Amino acid sequence: MGAQVVTITSGKGGVGKTTAVANLAVALAADGARVVCIDGDIGLRNLDVVMGLENRIVYDVVDVIEGRCRLRQAMIRDKRLPELYLIPAAQTRDKSAVTPSDMIRLCKELRSEVDWVLIDSPAGIERGFKNSIAAADRVLVITNPEVSAVRDADRVIGILEAEEKGTPSLIINRLNPVMVKQHDMLSAEDVLDLLAIKLIGVVPEDEGVIVGTNRGNPVALEPKSRAGQAFRNIAKRMGGENVPFMDLEAGNGLWARLSKLGRK
Amino acid sequence: MFNFFKPKRSAASAKERLQLVLIHDRTDLTPAELNALKDDLLDVISRHVDIEPDEVRIGLERDGRSQRLVADIPLRSIARRRGG
Repeated sequence: MGAQVVTITSGKGGVGKTTAVANLAVALAADGARVVCIDGDIGLRNLDVVMGLENRIVYDVVDVIEGRCRLRQAMIRDKRLPELYLIPAAQTRDKSAVTPSDMIRLCKELRSEVDWVLIDSPAGIERGFKNSIAAADRVLVITNPEVSAVRDADRVIGILEAEEKGTPSLIINRLNPVMVKQHDMLSAEDVLDLLAIKLIGVVPEDEGVIVGTNRGNPVALEPKSRAGQAFRNIAKRMGGENVPFMDLEAGNGLWARLSKLGRK
Repeated sequence: MFNFFKPKRSAASAKERLQLVLIHDRTDLTPAELNALKDDLLDVISRHVDIEPDEVRIGLERDGRSQRLVADIPLRSIARRRGG
């Protein structure tokens, strides 16, 4: 069977697309799947640094498309997981160097080589986004529990439906359970009610994500990380497993107790 | 104590504001266009039946990912028409 091509997109920038791709990729590969991720943000390459592979780049996705190298040469092998690869974005080109049919051709070639192709979409709804969704079998929309991110997610969902890409699934990223409990942040239920699509995961806000990014080590590789656990669960659900949603209820952890004391 | 002076928690404002914004984003109808639509609808309907203009309610409602235009237009009864 060929690979599933999954694109992660959001409309708004900075909600965690690249972090999600890196974490879902390592989670899937740690479970034994063969995974390739493609950085679709031509000109603003970032997936390489988030994965800690920036020093290994020789060729990029535009080199493959324009025939300057073979596909295998542009697939950078991960330093931790033997069946995880990254195809980096070109840094000195722009989105017009790639067309939707280039992406379809590239993914067609990858389908027979791996189990998963994850595409990191650029922000926005223009050319780069259209390129990133062209080959997708499935799209995951990621958002934060915040008015601007939710509004942009809704626009993107509308465009995906209009382009007959099917209804995407939703990742709610950076949810702060303490703020939700104080009614100062939209809850996962609020966001789901507004966007009315299927939820595939909720990732709690976690300082460890920044620390992991600083080092180029996605948190999904850390057994104790809460955000890492949430990403591992999403990876399992992508594979069709029925994993219960994590209890993000603020009230158990030390942090929750401390912040309650602070409010009294 | 302090709760007397506290404004509504911000999550509720966020949700209410988003509900309105998303309806207009999804339908590509501004509030002004919606009002013009209402006026036109009422014109057409009152050509055929007598209506109570002050009690008419026309608005957009969400139903999952689709929107519907919902109108509640009370008709003036014949008895009242004769009396009035």
